[in-house]
Amino acid sequence: MAAGVATWLPFARAAAVGWLPLAKKTMPKPPIDKKNRNDEILFVNVSGLRFQTWKNTLDRYPDTLLGSSEKEFFYNEDTQEYFFDRDPEMFRHILNFYRTGRLHYPRQECIQAFDEELAFYGIVPDIIGDCCMEEYRDRKKENQERLAVDTEAEMATDTPLPPHSTHRERLWRAFENPHTSTMALVFYYVTGFFIAVSVIANVVETVPCRPLKGSKKDLPCGEKYSLAFFCMDTACVLIFTFEYLMRLFAAPSRCKFMRSVMSVIDVVAIMPYYIGLVMPENEDVSGAFVTLRVFRVFRIFKFSRHSQGLRILGYTLKSCASELGFLLFSLTMAIIIFATVMFYAEKGTKGTNFTSIPASFWYTIVTMTTLGYGDMVPNTIAGKIFGSICSLSGVLVIALPVPVIVSNFSRIYHQNQRADKMRAQQKVRLARIRLAKKGTTNAFLQYKEEGGFHDRDHDGALCLKNRSSFEHQHHHLLHCLEKTTNHEFTDELTFSEMCMTESVGYRTSRSTSISSQQGVSTSCCPRRAKRRAIRLANSTVSVSRGSVQELDTLHVHKTTIRPQSRSSLNARTEDLKLNCDDRDFTAAIISIPTPPANTPDESLPPSPAIPGILRNSRSSSFTHETVKISSL
Amino acid sequence: MGVVLGTFSMHTKQVSYRTDKVDDELEMTMVCHRPEGLEQLEAQTNFSKQELQVLYRGFKNECPSGVVNEDTFKHIYAQFFPHGDASTYAHYLFHAFDTRNNGSIKFEDFVMGLSTLLRGTVRDKLEWTFHLYDINKDGFINKEEMTEIVRAIYDMMGKYTYPALKGDVPKAHVDAFFEKMDKNKDGVVTLEEFVLACQEDENMMRSMQLFENVM
Repeated sequence: MAAGVATWLPFARAAAVGWLPLAKKTMPKPPIDKKNRNDEILFVNVSGLRFQTWKNTLDRYPDTLLGSSEKEFFYNEDTQEYFFDRDPEMFRHILNFYRTGRLHYPRQECIQAFDEELAFYGIVPDIIGDCCMEEYRDRKKENQERLAVDTEAEMATDTPLPPHSTHRERLWRAFENPHTSTMALVFYYVTGFFIAVSVIANVVETVPCRPLKGSKKDLPCGEKYSLAFFCMDTACVLIFTFEYLMRLFAAPSRCKFMRSVMSVIDVVAIMPYYIGLVMPENEDVSGAFVTLRVFRVFRIFKFSRHSQGLRILGYTLKSCASELGFLLFSLTMAIIIFATVMFYAEKGTKGTNFTSIPASFWYTIVTMTTLGYGDMVPNTIAGKIFGSICSLSGVLVIALPVPVIVSNFSRIYHQNQRADKMRAQQKVRLARIRLAKKGTTNAFLQYKEEGGFHDRDHDGALCLKNRSSFEHQHHHLLHCLEKTTNHEFTDELTFSEMCMTESVGYRTSRSTSISSQQGVSTSCCPRRAKRRAIRLANSTVSVSRGSVQELDTLHVHKTTIRPQSRSSLNARTEDLKLNCDDRDFTAAIISIPTPPANTPDESLPPSPAIPGILRNSRSSSFTHETVKISSL
Repeated sequence: MGVVLGTFSMHTKQVSYRTDKVDDELEMTMVCHRPEGLEQLEAQTNFSKQELQVLYRGFKNECPSGVVNEDTFKHIYAQFFPHGDASTYAHYLFHAFDTRNNGSIKFEDFVMGLSTLLRGTVRDKLEWTFHLYDINKDGFINKEEMTEIVRAIYDMMGKYTYPALKGDVPKAHVDAFFEKMDKNKDGVVTLEEFVLACQEDENMMRSMQLFENVM
């Protein structure tokens, strides 16, 4: 119900007195309205700009922030007003909504900012009035498209592979984004080269070469060097077949892949060859076979995988399908009309070219597209008049849909350009983000180093003072976390060093499957560390743990730990001694919800359900007495 | 000479005035209707100044031009009864409010009606209801008029009711009503019969009190 109608409700209720004489039953009791009926003026302060309005105005929409009791949260007792720390310019529009019942969209504002304000004040965007709805929708769609393109660009190319991808996934990725690995790039260029070779061969084999000895007629090169061309063709088709089969194998959804346009093009490009092999050397069929060879030209479409511009063109044509359809339709209409007219106009002339209406189609098309070959020319005066009208109208009809197609192409092309630019900027942005992240963790580590944990005397406290209170609290939080999990933070460098330099058998199992039985495991640092078979002193640890979680830990604990029922760790812990004194070693732990039954060890905290903590012990005063492997 | 020219020009002006109907209408809607002063209204109705202010603010917000015509009224009333068709009843209601019978309700009419309904005496309310039922305003309610009103009310209920409307329920309702109201069984109900019959009905009197605090 529109809000304005709420004003009339008391009136409608009053008019219900007219039903009373007719009523068969007694009327129900009206709801008791305890509210103070007197209207009052409310003050709303939005970032310093003071608005005043009647309370009734705001009460019109009780399911928004201002209309409900939610606004009491923002009430300032001292100044007797409601204070919102939001954009005052936008608030004007919000308040107008309450006053007039229609929400307007200010065109100069950013659509996202507007949406955020609406979300804050609890107003659903559907209420936007008809006057502004179209503009709002357009801007919103445009924005969403842009964001979609950006996120696509973000996710698509340069994200690193998830660590558990199978060969198939990696292969598919290599095919889709050749820039990810050198092998893919090589393959990409090789296929491109062979496409070019195949197309050039198709073209060249029809060129007339010098005839064989003793014959006068010019022979097309294809027939003169038929063996050479056949070998080239075979090689290309082999490469294409191989590529197609590989893609088919690697595709995540084979059905979808087989239906995609590129795959159809691939198939059409290589089928003629196979059909030609299979087909017998029969005279009747060879005519059809010749036609099939025409399809070999489709190989040129395979270039669209290599060229983005071609893809854009294809996409544009697809998106302008309706305009193209209209163009075609209107042209057809005009052609039929003019052909008919021309035919009847020229019917009388002797020896005329306009032998039938379909024959006149050719004249009409040539004239409307302003080609004017001149092979068919009208002779009568009427014919000439209609011919000129035809050419004039042709210009108009063709000129109309073309700008639409052009603008579409331009929009899509620019979008793509932007996507490329975004991708380039993305790298810089990610690097900056990584740097910032490192900065914060380093800050904490530095804080620890300077011994911020312990109660300091004045000297120490001085050097810590130049950190903001926010930082202090943040560091305190991180410290609490460390204490909770009994592990400490460290940085990437030391961790990777640790990975590379350990010589003690520690067990890491990457996958969640229990493959450690075989003693094969991937290292924690996939890029740099070598893979090696880890000596499994006790392979039963992972087995005894029912749960499947990742194990990637190494825990260095200062105090001696009496490993009690950490079943198979017991024997191990004494054995393992890391022989690095000054070196930092690190441990990485990934989500260990240890079943409580397995940890009666009181030195271990009971709640190790916190993921992803790195630990570093830099202090050289550490004596590494035990190495404890926390497993799952 | 001047007179001749004057009348000539007047004539042409009139002609153009008549042909520009659309612009004419537009001009009409641009015209605002301002109510009489606040004190006058306060004197004529039983509302306080604040109440009048609140009422006028709401009214002005909805109808900036200051008048409500029948279509707008029907539209507003229909919003309260989305299940059925409230247009017929709204029509009758509109004419009950439109005491001056000029096809539009001004603020004064609106407020007077409300004053009667909410702050009036029992007799005032009954008189108002009588005027509502008396469609042709001849001082008598006959069966046809009553049937129309009752049908309009049942129309507002819509199709989906429980129990379902079977048979000619409005007619039965009207018959029952006439049984009660028509004392001298002459086929029409006068104002006095109406008031008398209603005052005898205790349920109705009780219900009337309930509507006091709607405002």
